[in-house]
Amino acid sequence: MQEVPAEDRREDLDPVAAGESPRDARSAPPAPPVPEVRDRGPHAVADPSTLEAPAKILVRGLDFWYGDRQVLFGNDLEVAERRVTAIIGPSGCGKSTHIRVYNRMFELYRDQRASGTVLLDGENLLDPEMDLIDLRRRVGMIFQRPTPFPMSVFDNVAYGLRLHYRISRSQLEERVESALRGAALWDEVNDKLDEPGTALSGGQQQRLCIARAIAVEPEVLLMDEPTSAVDPVATAKLEELVDTLKDQYTIVIVTHNMQQAARISDFTAFFYKGYVVEFGPTERIFTNPSERQTEDYITGRFG
Amino acid sequence: MTDTTYDATRTTGRSAPPFPLRSRARRRASDTMVRIASTAAALFALVFLFWILAVVARRGAAALDWTFFTSLPSPPGEAGGGLANAILGTAAMTVMAALIGVPLGLFTGIYQSEFGRGTRFGSFVRFTINVMLGIPSILSGLFVYTLMVVTMGHFSGLAGGVSLAILIFPYVARTTEDMLGLVPDAMRESSLALGAPRWKTTLGVVFRAARSGLATGILLSVARVSGETAPLLFTALNSPYWPKNFAEPTANLTVTIFNYAMSPYSDWQRLAWGASLLITLLVLVVTVFTRWRVGEVET
Repeated sequence: MQEVPAEDRREDLDPVAAGESPRDARSAPPAPPVPEVRDRGPHAVADPSTLEAPAKILVRGLDFWYGDRQVLFGNDLEVAERRVTAIIGPSGCGKSTHIRVYNRMFELYRDQRASGTVLLDGENLLDPEMDLIDLRRRVGMIFQRPTPFPMSVFDNVAYGLRLHYRISRSQLEERVESALRGAALWDEVNDKLDEPGTALSGGQQQRLCIARAIAVEPEVLLMDEPTSAVDPVATAKLEELVDTLKDQYTIVIVTHNMQQAARISDFTAFFYKGYVVEFGPTERIFTNPSERQTEDYITGRFG
Repeated sequence: MTDTTYDATRTTGRSAPPFPLRSRARRRASDTMVRIASTAAALFALVFLFWILAVVARRGAAALDWTFFTSLPSPPGEAGGGLANAILGTAAMTVMAALIGVPLGLFTGIYQSEFGRGTRFGSFVRFTINVMLGIPSILSGLFVYTLMVVTMGHFSGLAGGVSLAILIFPYVARTTEDMLGLVPDAMRESSLALGAPRWKTTLGVVFRAARSGLATGILLSVARVSGETAPLLFTALNSPYWPKNFAEPTANLTVTIFNYAMSPYSDWQRLAWGASLLITLLVLVVTVFTRWRVGEVET
């Protein structure tokens, strides 16, 4: 677990290089291993025109390495705007790794590298010139376990707002309330705004994290198995919430739960061993998969 | 059990073990032995602790009166006198040491936990801190003696504070690294994912999450260092006068204990016991206070 973003590290340890050297060391892998040759089927690379919405994120040829070990191979994917895209697949197939590229969270760890093209609104977000802080304001993330910050409910939601905006107290209060309403949490916490965020229940904490993420008005919300640590009732609430959130946000959700993917997503990508095996409208993936592996997985024959 | 009725009188029999069973009596005997041995060791340690506390309390309590806290020590052989100057001097040097050592330790711990993890320099720093933790405190005194006392030409409270700061530093650095290390990475990622810069994540979220542990570690290290004697012998020395500034030898409790306990005068010996009790109480109070505070934060 190393945690130095590329730019920080260079400044800390190599002040001379900090000025001149371009920050592309990370995105230029060494000798790329030859990916396993396999037929990925007619639907593996969907033409953006098959999405009935424009592609907010367009991924082409995304490779990813943990040190010398390659874990993503030539991923191609389109994420439709204001739709829910689910990523399913067995454990260790690269689902989380894939979405952690979208906000470049992987850069926190020094041995992780990505290469390829990931266009956000047509702009390659892997470009070293991309401003990370701005990228992360536009692409929010919800994690497996709720991570309320050690501060009050109010301050949790206000955290991101204070980071990015000069904002008056009254505007702040307004935005915190609307974010909490947006996360379907306001009615449960409006009398507990000064209590610590950790005092809420698990499901409430996860919705608090969603409120915190949407408070800064991102365009994309990445959810990494957001319901894996909450009970079924809270899961149902979160799923309902995802359904309302997609009116405003582009959502990518990684899930282990195939029923969940079928219930809430418009598009589904099936990942296996680092490859995007199949991608398409959720209904088709679940009723008429064209790949044998997809069918085996969704019918529970493996995974 | 949909079609068969449940019959409580019909039960399964015990199946035969696949191998001969180990002797149950022996198992019980060794369990008892280990339990007795470890309980005895724990009691033994406690007995000595309470013995020390009892002796210090009994002898020291007699010395702790109003003059102990308000007066200067009396000349040898004369009755009365207190250690007000030493109390003040110890407090001042401990505060100075904390002001120097705590921030340095905090930032070193932050570096190790947040920036230097997995780097060669980071592991070098960790190794050095561990070595510093193991260095006898007298070496810190000798080091500052050659560095400051010799060059300045006289003992001073400043040198005393610096030698104590050198002892506080590794404790705080280690505690900080440990406590920040307990904060899950998901917490850091959540803050960074909102677009927070690294320093803001560290100070605004990670530090806050670890604050009770950090406060405990810092208080304990300061309390511990306030009871150090060896580093002060070579640096602050001691003085029968009020501490006026940090440029001269400065009175302090621990060297006073050392000097007075070895002296032939019963009044001085009495004061030494009083000083011992005072320091013991200080460490005890800080420890109990931090335990209580941490318990409160956790619940």
